[in-house]
Amino acid sequence: MVVASHISISYKKVNALKDISFSVNEGELFGFIGPDGAGKTSLLRILTTLILADSGSASVFGLDVVKDYKNIRKITGYMPGRFSLYQDLSVEENLSFFAAVFGTTLKENYDLIKDIYIQIEPFKDRPAGKLSGGMKQKLALSCALIHKPKILVLDEPTTGVDAVSRKEFWQMLKKLKNDGITILVSTPYMDEAELCDRVALIQKGEILDIDTPMGIISKYKNVLFEISSDNMYKLKGDIGKFNDTLSVFLFGQFLHFSPKSGRKDTDVLKKYLEEKGHKNIIIRECKPNIEDCFMDLMQSENG
Amino acid sequence: MKTFINFVKKEFRHIFRDVRSMVILFGMPIAQILIFGYVVTNEVKDAKIAVLDLSKDEMTVEITNKLTSSGYFLLVDNFKSEDEIELAFRKGEIQEAIIFEPGFAKKFVKDGKAEVRIINDASDANTANMLANYTSAIIMNYSFAESGVNGASGQIIAQTRMQFNQDLKGAYMFVPGTMALILMLISAMMTSISITREKEMGTMEVLLVSPLRPVQIIVGKVIPYFLLSFVNAISILLLGFFVFGLPVNGPLALLLAESMLFITMALSLGIFISTIAKSMQVAMFISMFSLLLPTMLLSGFIFPIENMPQILQWVCHAIPPKYFIVIIKNIMLKGTGFEYVWFETLVLFGFTVFFIVMSVFKFKTRLE
Amino acid sequence: MDQREKIISVKNLVKKFGDFEANKNLSFDVFKGEIFGFLGANGAGKTTAIKILCGLSSPTSGEISVAGFDAYHETEKIKKNIGYMSQKFSLYSDLTVKENIRFYGGIYGLSRDTIKRKTKDLLEKLNFSEHAGSLISSIPLGWKQKLAFSIAVFHEPKIVFLDEPTGGVDPITRRQFWDLIYETAHTGITVFVTTHYMDEAEYCNRVCIMVDGRIDALDTPENLKKQFGADNMDEVFVRLARAEKK
Repeated sequence: MVVASHISISYKKVNALKDISFSVNEGELFGFIGPDGAGKTSLLRILTTLILADSGSASVFGLDVVKDYKNIRKITGYMPGRFSLYQDLSVEENLSFFAAVFGTTLKENYDLIKDIYIQIEPFKDRPAGKLSGGMKQKLALSCALIHKPKILVLDEPTTGVDAVSRKEFWQMLKKLKNDGITILVSTPYMDEAELCDRVALIQKGEILDIDTPMGIISKYKNVLFEISSDNMYKLKGDIGKFNDTLSVFLFGQFLHFSPKSGRKDTDVLKKYLEEKGHKNIIIRECKPNIEDCFMDLMQSENG
Repeated sequence: MKTFINFVKKEFRHIFRDVRSMVILFGMPIAQILIFGYVVTNEVKDAKIAVLDLSKDEMTVEITNKLTSSGYFLLVDNFKSEDEIELAFRKGEIQEAIIFEPGFAKKFVKDGKAEVRIINDASDANTANMLANYTSAIIMNYSFAESGVNGASGQIIAQTRMQFNQDLKGAYMFVPGTMALILMLISAMMTSISITREKEMGTMEVLLVSPLRPVQIIVGKVIPYFLLSFVNAISILLLGFFVFGLPVNGPLALLLAESMLFITMALSLGIFISTIAKSMQVAMFISMFSLLLPTMLLSGFIFPIENMPQILQWVCHAIPPKYFIVIIKNIMLKGTGFEYVWFETLVLFGFTVFFIVMSVFKFKTRLE
Repeated sequence: MDQREKIISVKNLVKKFGDFEANKNLSFDVFKGEIFGFLGANGAGKTTAIKILCGLSSPTSGEISVAGFDAYHETEKIKKNIGYMSQKFSLYSDLTVKENIRFYGGIYGLSRDTIKRKTKDLLEKLNFSEHAGSLISSIPLGWKQKLAFSIAVFHEPKIVFLDEPTGGVDPITRRQFWDLIYETAHTGITVFVTTHYMDEAEYCNRVCIMVDGRIDALDTPENLKKQFGADNMDEVFVRLARAEKK
């Protein structure tokens, strides 16, 4: 129920978004995945009616972002990049303030935020500025939800938050989705893509691909191997010099390697590495993840 | 409406929780009034003078007595020639010398005109100016009284520029100026900072995305500062009255109404500043240079406008506090009513409308 | 007993803020040329510990030596021997690439000739030469981070502290960044790094995980995975942090 067509915007001659089109269905958990500076924030701000696109049009639940901005604002819950809370007000005061702004009360919509709020309730008298990152995130989410929005827009809610808090946060989003709220979320963390129904991969103001995470992965055309040996630092350099190397990237405890030739037979590579003095060599075919796909798309974009 | 009340409540919380805001709001007015009233006072006391009396008649003696008994001056020497004057000035023994022309009384009665020269140590220009004014005021007083008694229309030639502050008290000059300064500062600077703070914290984004209308946001921001500014205006008046014995000669209701007008003007200026400033720092900077300094320097608060170069005088006319200072001086000291301040009131009103229109024009329902 | 040269040695470090104990009795060593990963949830006490190690804050108690200097009295000497880079603080955006390098080189008292020579090397290594005169504000984030890192090790410190250096950077640049880290470690500079990317934890020689002001795990990624029966560091981390919550 969010439709954007041919949206472009530029700041000081730099194109922040170039001819972006996409649509999000009602009740979907939709992710915009891309590094900082890709244009995610601009895009979300256009959809929340905070800024105007230079060209193109967009609508949210059939409401035009330019003409009907007042009505969009009534049905949108928005959590900007920085947790925008009043640092000097307590947890409870923040919540009741934002409730009042939307003409409601904490009591009225308590059910919706109960699961989230209950985790920060013990600290309800503490000023928001003194909460930890994970708790601020929960409070900001509660504030964005307090008026029972139809659509929730979250701009990098997990940036700078530790892995565990991030996991918890995504569980909360899943639950909200099950309550029927349409959710748009942006993130620089590629691994979070797999938690969305569909994702748009964004880089330098352009959408590289839009699909379900599985769909994106199934489009990955190269053969991919994970490789390790006892000297990972040297391994990367050596594979880089191998004559059949299309790409080689660090990936956790392995290197992800794909051959130019697309050959699944790795004997030549193994022999090459043994000659270079590597021991305990593991080479096995592996499934690509979103990050592999993203890097592949980035490279074909640049090349 | 409930939404709105909640907004105002939140705003008060911000103010009351921030120690700096509280100090600026309540500490500064008191400190300023006391500092300006006592320390930076331009009151004169025991200024050292010498007299060169080339006439030595009963009139010159009487004038000299009047001067010394006023409490402002201390007669340290009687000179015999003009040469001594310069020497005394160089040594720093005196701040002012007074020369009566020969045959002073005779000329006064016969020609209706006598001359007295007042020489000041102008290395301290302000004090010199003030001493000269005091002296000539006392001499003028004497001259009026004398012509009344004798029936003769005599005149003593000396410069004078003392009016409506007959007791020549410093606080009388400073209270109106300080009031203008403080109201300007609190209303304009604090509102512009509090609005830009929301921009900086990112909370403005959330407010804009809410159904709250921009007018509500602005008015909600402004109301607490309006009330606090008004409380401040009253406390300055009370302080002026009880500490410095400064009366309100004119109608009090008019004075308060004018203060409200001025506060509204300053608030709309503050909103205007916040629409052009992106950060607190910029807002602070603009406030400092466009409000604080001009209010101190160009409003006639410390330096008389008449003494400024023509170009600067034009600039002065574009500064709202100047009009407010004229208004309160008129009402408090001269005791005049609305008929004498309608023009200044109109100008302030014009400024208010101008800033509001500009703000509405510039305020965005979206981000930049 | 480990025979490698200790570059950071921490024994029983305690840091209190009033009643609150941010660091509860930390003890660990970091060796020369090691890539040492420092992980933990928000508020686990990482930042506090790093501040102490950088000489910005003094410990409440414990024996701490960094680059051979005492963290109580020799903080100025510590600062001379470390480099620091964080995601937030990096470079002056209104100065050019070259001006930034010259400025930081100057801070650490390098001679003009050294700065000139090293600047040239650095720009060539990063393929930056043609952008030497560009303002920092005009170059992409990924480049900025790489440049900021290179500047942090410009004066050849003994240790470089990296506080979430790769946050928000695209995946390719992120890997290029780690290539730089590896290279640096190979020249003998110790790298002390914090990150929220768990795959990056695997790149470290040893990883230390802080939970609630304590060190709950410290070993090579491989041993940690064995110890917790986990497939990857993400699982290790989640298990440790979850255990704390129960």
